[in-house]
Amino acid sequence: MAKIIVVTSGKGGVGKTTTSAAIGTGLALNGFKTVVIDFDVGLRNLDLIMGCERRVVYDFVNVIKEEATLNQALIKDKRTDNLFILPASQTRDKDALTQEGVEKVLDELSETFDYIICDSPAGIEKGAQMALYFADVAIVTTNPEVSSVRDSDRILGILQSKSRRAENGDSPVEEHLLLTRYNPTRVEDGEMLSVADVEDILAIPLLGVIPESEAVLKASNAGVPVILDTEADAGQAYDDAVQRLLGKELEHRFLQVPKKGFFQRILGGR
Amino acid sequence: MNDACFQLKGSAVSIIVLELYHYSVPSFTELLGDKVRQAPQFFQQSPVVISLEKLEETQSLDFASLLEICREFHLQPMALRGVPEHLLASARDCGLALIPANQRNSTELDTRQTEDQPDAQAEVVVKKIVEEKLVRRPSKVITRPVRSGQQVYSEGDLIVMSQVSAGAEVLAEGDIHIYGTLRGRALAGVTGDTNAKIFCQNLSAELIAIAGNFILSDSLQNKCWQEAAYISLEDENLQVRALS
Repeated sequence: MAKIIVVTSGKGGVGKTTTSAAIGTGLALNGFKTVVIDFDVGLRNLDLIMGCERRVVYDFVNVIKEEATLNQALIKDKRTDNLFILPASQTRDKDALTQEGVEKVLDELSETFDYIICDSPAGIEKGAQMALYFADVAIVTTNPEVSSVRDSDRILGILQSKSRRAENGDSPVEEHLLLTRYNPTRVEDGEMLSVADVEDILAIPLLGVIPESEAVLKASNAGVPVILDTEADAGQAYDDAVQRLLGKELEHRFLQVPKKGFFQRILGGR
Repeated sequence: MNDACFQLKGSAVSIIVLELYHYSVPSFTELLGDKVRQAPQFFQQSPVVISLEKLEETQSLDFASLLEICREFHLQPMALRGVPEHLLASARDCGLALIPANQRNSTELDTRQTEDQPDAQAEVVVKKIVEEKLVRRPSKVITRPVRSGQQVYSEGDLIVMSQVSAGAEVLAEGDIHIYGTLRGRALAGVTGDTNAKIFCQNLSAELIAIAGNFILSDSLQNKCWQEAAYISLEDENLQVRALS
């Protein structure tokens, strides 16, 4: 049985797809057979960020409508073994997703995969609810600012009340907080909420803090999941998050303003 | 959580039925005036269903004047019952609900009785209300955070063993206890219990209300803000005190 992980947030543009790509790749690198599903029908992005947009022939909606088999639609990642992508359709809308159809696809994937990552669209409507409905684990992606935190709180409420686990009265969906675009300098200046503020408001365990980094944008544009950039702080932070997801206890990094070296201070570098 | 903004329910309401036998403006005004004078309290703003089932001369009926006279005597006509077919068109024009003729016999309402022993009746009513209030409703206990957009309602007391997020709403007919931070809205005594109280470990609320009297976060800033506090209603004013 695969573990179904939803990457969700409520608010748009906080880094759900970047996170889905990074966590999916990280789990695959650790030897788990992983598939990442793009639930953002109509606005597909996952294939771009994972650098496989030219290889999309059939998509998630085709499989749901039984116009293609799962094997025809699944794209095998070229860089990472054990990693597959199920892309969204660009030409349909979210009404094309039916609960029965999604369940059938997830059941079939569950037979062969260890992890299924559902990359949720923004919002709290049908598309987002469909992505989280079958989840065992939720990674709530949040930026350290008030509206993003409020939307995450709202999505946590929906996980509590509208997921399959909630409806069946099973043990609740496992909730994790992933704070992205964290900038310790701006936190010190009072322009951003601190990790402690967000933890206090959302009251769920912290999976990781991803520092604001040029590496993320660079990786997205290049179509390479940022976790593969092992030099970058963001890549390392995602790797830590994956290890924590797998049960390891690691200290959180990148929470403090980096100390400038002697030469940086003299030369006035960042 | 309940996302629906309403629920449809069936309910039987006892109501005054004005059974019209024949109609002319002077005699109708006179009789209605008499009836209302006998028990003015009873008729004050009472909803009324006008029944035409026993109307004798049914060629035509001046609905406009009929309703106007009723309203002059502070009655609230809300529906017409058993309108004969040839009057339907003009009945629709007056904007009231049309209900079909009643099969069962309705009981005759004797208004004089209420005039003779008004105190006795009032006492019965008061007793009934008091009895209903004394029934103890079970408390509701919530162990997980109440998140933004969620609403929790308890017919008795409400106990939240976690936080109430901004944008969440907790309501109780009794007291509210929150063992965590209250950032959302808390409304106690929503059915009118002025003795209801709100207790919380950290007062950061958007709104606090007891029995319909409310204060917003702006007016809470210098009253135990972000501290453990309890709120009660005294002379229609909400009092915030530190829990210590």
